[in-house]
Amino acid sequence: MDKGLALRDVTITKGGVPLLSVSHAIAPGEVLTVMGPSGVGKSTLLAFITGTLAGDFLATGEVWLDGQNITHAAPHQRRVGILFQDDLLFPHLSVGANLAFGLQPGGSAEARKAKVDEALEEVGLSGFAARDPATLSGGQKARVALMRMLLSEPCGLLLDEPFSRLDAELRAQVREMVFDRARARALPVLMVTHDAEDAQAAGGVIVTLGD
Amino acid sequence: MKHLAILAALLAPVPALADIDPSNWDAVTAEAQGQTVFWNAWGGSTTTNDFIAWVGERVMEEYGVTLEHVKLTDTADAVTRVLSEKQAGEDDDGAIDMIWINGANFASMKEADLLFGPYAEQLPNWALVDVEGKTVQTDFTVPTEGYESPWAMAQVVFVHDTADMPERLGSMQALLEWTQANPGRFSYPQPPDFLGTTFLKQVLVDILPDPSVLAVPATDENYADITAPLWAYMDELTPNLWREGKAYPPTGTAMFPLIADGELDLSISFSPGAASTAIANNELPPSVRTFVLDKGTIGNASFVAVPYNSGSKAGAMVVANFLMSPEAQARAQDPAILGYGTVLNMDALSDDDRALFDALELGVATLTPAELGTVQDEPHPSWATRIADDWVTRYGVSQ
Amino acid sequence: MNRRRFLPVLPILTLLAMLGPVAAGLWGTVLPAFGHLPAAGLAGPSLDPFRDLFNWPGLPRAVMLSLSTGVLATGISLAIVVLVTAGWSGTRPFRALERLLSPLLSVPHAAAAFGLAFLIAPSGWLSRLVSPGLTGWARPPDILIVQDSWGLTMTAGLIIKEVPFLLLITLAALGQADAQRSTTIAQALGYGRVTGWLKTVFPRVYAQIRPPVYVVLAYSMSVVDVAVILGPNTPPPLSVQIVKWMSDPDLAMRLEAAAGALLQLGLVVGALLLWRIGEVVVASLGRRWIAKGSRGRFDAVVAQTALVAGGFSAVIVLLGLVVLTIWSFAGFWGFPDAFPDGWTLRNWMRFGPGTLEALGETALIAGTVALVALILTIGCLEAEYRYGLSFSQRAVWLLYLPLLIPQTAFLPGLQTLMLNMGADVGRLPVMLAHLVFVLPYVFLSLADPFRAWDTRMGTIAAALRASPDGVLWRVRLPMLLRPILTALAVGLAVSVGQYLPTLLIGGGRVATLTTEAVALASGGDRRAIAVYGLMQTGAALVPFALALLLPALVWRNRRGLRHG
Repeated sequence: MDKGLALRDVTITKGGVPLLSVSHAIAPGEVLTVMGPSGVGKSTLLAFITGTLAGDFLATGEVWLDGQNITHAAPHQRRVGILFQDDLLFPHLSVGANLAFGLQPGGSAEARKAKVDEALEEVGLSGFAARDPATLSGGQKARVALMRMLLSEPCGLLLDEPFSRLDAELRAQVREMVFDRARARALPVLMVTHDAEDAQAAGGVIVTLGD
Repeated sequence: MKHLAILAALLAPVPALADIDPSNWDAVTAEAQGQTVFWNAWGGSTTTNDFIAWVGERVMEEYGVTLEHVKLTDTADAVTRVLSEKQAGEDDDGAIDMIWINGANFASMKEADLLFGPYAEQLPNWALVDVEGKTVQTDFTVPTEGYESPWAMAQVVFVHDTADMPERLGSMQALLEWTQANPGRFSYPQPPDFLGTTFLKQVLVDILPDPSVLAVPATDENYADITAPLWAYMDELTPNLWREGKAYPPTGTAMFPLIADGELDLSISFSPGAASTAIANNELPPSVRTFVLDKGTIGNASFVAVPYNSGSKAGAMVVANFLMSPEAQARAQDPAILGYGTVLNMDALSDDDRALFDALELGVATLTPAELGTVQDEPHPSWATRIADDWVTRYGVSQ
Repeated sequence: MNRRRFLPVLPILTLLAMLGPVAAGLWGTVLPAFGHLPAAGLAGPSLDPFRDLFNWPGLPRAVMLSLSTGVLATGISLAIVVLVTAGWSGTRPFRALERLLSPLLSVPHAAAAFGLAFLIAPSGWLSRLVSPGLTGWARPPDILIVQDSWGLTMTAGLIIKEVPFLLLITLAALGQADAQRSTTIAQALGYGRVTGWLKTVFPRVYAQIRPPVYVVLAYSMSVVDVAVILGPNTPPPLSVQIVKWMSDPDLAMRLEAAAGALLQLGLVVGALLLWRIGEVVVASLGRRWIAKGSRGRFDAVVAQTALVAGGFSAVIVLLGLVVLTIWSFAGFWGFPDAFPDGWTLRNWMRFGPGTLEALGETALIAGTVALVALILTIGCLEAEYRYGLSFSQRAVWLLYLPLLIPQTAFLPGLQTLMLNMGADVGRLPVMLAHLVFVLPYVFLSLADPFRAWDTRMGTIAAALRASPDGVLWRVRLPMLLRPILTALAVGLAVSVGQYLPTLLIGGGRVATLTTEAVALASGGDRRAIAVYGLMQTGAALVPFALALLLPALVWRNRRGLRHG
């Protein structure tokens, strides 16, 4: 299988102690949910995939994305998008500039601005381009963060407890939006969470770590 | 490594140029053009600093020489600097081109061959200098031999605030008695400060029946006997000094604010005109006057010398010559500027130049040359060194 | 490509810039201390320099002064800071004190010392304000206050400068010590505020502020400029005497100076060891005190006293700056008038041009050095982030090393060594010497905020396909603008305040505001001193104001960066 995100015999150890082992392929548009209590190494797995694993961890195995082995690629060349539980919008940039940051270089200034505006409109935030991200509500921030990630045209999406900071009502709404967009773009999604409801909503395969 | 080699080659000293001949004045001024002279001079007095800045402007106008005043806290710093350069083999372009110097510093530099010269007596303005009447060819009894040129005369005067202390004192004995009646109102700069050491010498010169014993170098044999009366005197004086002798003003100028505040009634100065200048600058109250002792007081000349490794010897000589010019000398003597005594012989001057001096208001606190009386010779520099060291041991480390 | 190779080298380069001159300087001190000065025709080894040193009659007192002023200044400032923090942290008075003290951190030591002297001398402003009304003094009393034989005024001068430093350091440590919750729990258990804080928070905070405390001790024991202005002179503290010996025309004195420098080093090391032993003793006594369970009966009194002492130390510095300002505009000002007879711009007109020239030199040196230090620091921290090239816990002490070794111990040796190498005196060597002292402060100031930056921001930016350099320039540095500018301002202030390195390594050719001001001290012209002191303060203070103002301006529409 070419398309999609595949983890081949990934094992992560810390100080010689095995932390987790995963071997799984995620097809485009599918969601793999990794569950487990906190401290079990869920986020470590994501760090391995994004190429930002801390030095005290040791990982074996391979990560393949759309038919390419990205295990040893530089983080910014992997084309793996990620969303954290915090929106992590760059506080020094306006909402529009945050989105433009995700946008690949090239194109005229107007064209880029149009893409940003389009993205904002898609999530119901038209006219927010000049706003200070700190003045946005939690749901609005989550939407901007999502669109920023999508504008960078990733080939896979990682979700690190993405909805745990949102209150119940928003949570379902944002969750749905994220999964919809991922499916629409045929992205393989790997989500780690300790929330059963999130796992349920993802509707994909669930792997539980730490048992 | 290759880069280092190139760097080293670039940094290597240029071959030494033959030293310029001071008697060929045209060549000197020609070479001086465009040179920068680093004049290391004590920087604690703002009036002196202003004067040096003025000299810098004038030599730039006249000769195209750039004068940089390196402000020292202690002239010995400059001596050390030249010494270290010699050790390091920096023989061609040292950091110092000219030093305001006299006494022990001159003696030690001359002895260690650290000075350029002789040059002083070849300078054009030397012809105007009062060689007969002023001690310009000996520096603390050490012959200058042309290795330094004079630019100011100094003589010890006592500075008193007549508002608090109307009477003048005729002798060191009278001063001692006055401090006993007025404890805490007199002090002198802390030896080895130049002026502080001078005060000690002044005491010795005044209380010795025959001060001529100080003209020969101090030795282990003669030192203790001759200075015994000095230490007896100081033992009596010290408890009645300002702060009971537990602290001293660091320099002569530092005593002016103390007089202005009324902390001191009496202090000493090595510049007969300095008190008038300070009055003009609001630094001393107008009631301040000066006096000298009945037997006279110690006097000497201030000199400038050029280190052997100066890279701007011509420029330095141009500055040294300018310092001896009637224009600079008259300005230095103006109490509103510096109030330093001139080294020039009035009879050697043209009428116009003499008029510059005649026009000066010497100032309310400045004594006339006649009132300044007899100038007593400085003791041989070996005395100053020993006395200062001895003072430090006796009073400088044990309070 | 070049860059990638360059970055990992930076930590080594930084350590070299910091420790190279120290090591070289110490070597240059050790040789003459044992009689080896070939340039002067003296060959060692010999113990004569030490024999001469120990024969100097002033030595016992000079050594005592060095020890007593250092230990007292450190102990008292630490006590004030700890007790104020214990009693008041999180309260309104504490924030007020913090706001009052923070800008004072950058007031150069020399300026603060001048202010103190102009304030508390018998003819000082305080005495003028209450005379002759309260005191009946028509003339200043003949009391030894400034330059007192015990060095108490000098100690006070050090305390007023070290309190702001230690307070800010303590504040930084508090954040990581979980202080608030510990105090709350202690208070819930019936402990007084101060006692509860001391028993629960202090041990953790002290473990963090220990290196800076050592720096304060080493600095206070070997300071030169403050000692010249406020310290006794019959004899002076050892460090001042070393500088005097260094500048003696008699070469043999250089050997004695080198021996003195090694003794000074030994004294500082000894004092640090003693302090360490003191820590162990205090810790063991503290454990007993904790075990006894006493709740703290005198907490209120202790807290009040500490607050008053802290406030007092801030007010003294401020009043000192006020009296400097008055003197700088004063016409004739006789005792006991509370204010000058007249006000005039003459002093500024007279000394202004000179100060501007010195300001130019100061700014050039400080600007270059602070910038280089900042670049090296960011390079080190970024290398640590990218390649995990971090200083180990032990190596962190290397950062403090240049600050722990007394300046008087290695700068004279460095001067001799540079001369021997044929390196000319002047601006560049002065800059390199400044870098030794500026680097650690810039690093310490920036390291925490730099490391505290949420690295997930980096992950996100990389996921958005920004290269490592892009992440640094487009995300991390802009977000850290405020701490970066603060670190730069710290570097500038440290460089502006340097006296001994400028004097010794500059060979007198490099005249900064600080060297000019201290040189004027011996002349006693209070108007000139005031003008130079104020300019010096301004040179250190303005960058701090800009460091606060600039980010507020640039990020005025970015709420997320306003408190970060």
